[in-house]
Amino acid sequence: MMAYIFFALAGIALISGVLVVFQTHPLRSALWLIVNFFAVAGIYLLAHAEFIAAIQIIVYAGAIMVLFLFVIMLLNLRQPEEEAARPWFGQKLAGITLAALVAFILVYGFSKAEVPLAKAAPPGLGNTESIARLLFTDYLLPFEVTSVLLLVAIVGAVVLAKSKLK
Amino acid sequence: MNLPVLIALSAIKILIVLVVLLTLVAYTVLMERKVLGFIQLRYGPNRVGPWGLLQPLADLVKLLFKEDFTPPMVNKVLFVMAPIITAVTAFLPFAVIPFAKDMFPPQITIYGQTFDLTAAGLNQGVIADINVGLLYVFAMGSLAVYGAVLGGWASNSKYSLLGGLRLSAQMVSYELALGLSVIGVLMLAGSLSLVKIVEAQKDMWFIVYQPLGFVLFLTAAFAECARTPFDLIECENELVAGYQTEYSSMKWALFMMGEYAHIIVASALITTLFLGGWQGPILPPVVWFMGKTFALVFCFIWVRGTFPRFRFDQLMYLGWKVMLPLALLNIMVTGAVMLLI
Repeated sequence: MMAYIFFALAGIALISGVLVVFQTHPLRSALWLIVNFFAVAGIYLLAHAEFIAAIQIIVYAGAIMVLFLFVIMLLNLRQPEEEAARPWFGQKLAGITLAALVAFILVYGFSKAEVPLAKAAPPGLGNTESIARLLFTDYLLPFEVTSVLLLVAIVGAVVLAKSKLK
Repeated sequence: MNLPVLIALSAIKILIVLVVLLTLVAYTVLMERKVLGFIQLRYGPNRVGPWGLLQPLADLVKLLFKEDFTPPMVNKVLFVMAPIITAVTAFLPFAVIPFAKDMFPPQITIYGQTFDLTAAGLNQGVIADINVGLLYVFAMGSLAVYGAVLGGWASNSKYSLLGGLRLSAQMVSYELALGLSVIGVLMLAGSLSLVKIVEAQKDMWFIVYQPLGFVLFLTAAFAECARTPFDLIECENELVAGYQTEYSSMKWALFMMGEYAHIIVASALITTLFLGGWQGPILPPVVWFMGKTFALVFCFIWVRGTFPRFRFDQLMYLGWKVMLPLALLNIMVTGAVMLLI
């Protein structure tokens, strides 16, 4: 039963992922990306990672993609009028070669890799509690450094926006 | 209990809750018209049935038989999808809100067969007690914005698009304040499950320990429901009706149902988080829950009848520069007090 659900969700995730790339209109790409996020959230649920699934929907589908849509709607109100310029033969060749190379490296790398199983959470703790415990003990430094990184990004965005106004 | 019976019984339970919720939505519309009439010194609907009590039925028949007009230049798929998204995401959060202690007795006998309802928590007064219940509610709330944004974009009309854009900016801004203002409650309850949060308020409602959190959450909930004074997305004098401008008949009705379901769900959530949920003496739990929820629904209508609308820059100022710092302060003070005690 679980395996069927997993393959259904994985299929949706793959198909929607491909559709994201092959849409001509950026808004449709964004919508297929949302479908993809839902499928991935479903896979998290199957792995009993309810917290990650909920955060995936709140943060990615609910906040980041709304900002994406906001920007797409502001910048690109109509369907694109002209066809995109056709790529040169050299560009095509380079693109296909690079893609094949990346695919080879990924497949080869993962076929050799041994992924260790994660440790089971201590009994009696839900996964929200276990994540919180890990964040504030073992991973405290990376957690705090991430907040500094985000602060730098915010300051950078404000400086860029303000310098244009003057 | 075998799986098909379990599924059937769960479906019956969900159906009961959904039908009650839909009826409440219809009567909230009537309640709003009555209360607004009272505030503005007029009667409100009083022609259909005694005190206008059958008005929702008349409205429903009217909406069903109206012409369902789709303007020619719209994006058809998204134009149809948008009202469905709004209505569905508005109803789904109710799945995790506990409305009573028990809904059914632990065992029932149908046609001589006895079913043990404690199997999947079927007798509990909540459809699904999941351990990330509050996050689930927020996830559904954050998805609600797509209905309006996609509806506004698909309508291919300037007023609709502006309404949709305003809503997306407003929702993203106030979601932060909404999320941060409940952290205090979570610290007190020590759980994200709404059932556990209600149980933690057995002795004292959380509004007593979290007055600032309550005010912030209430304000952010008004903004998330896009109600007055935050209803810039459909302010008539600027945008006709915002993202709903091009909609008619049942598609428009789905938007309206979504709006009123949002009000009920927001009130039910505030009741659960701050006012002790179904807890209360003497009267049965479901009565307490309904009473508290509809007292808050009344507040929503009261505010609509008495407050003017914000300007958009005032809305952003309030969200980012007032409510967000206050919510952070609330978390720090709550944490400090909990460490000291």
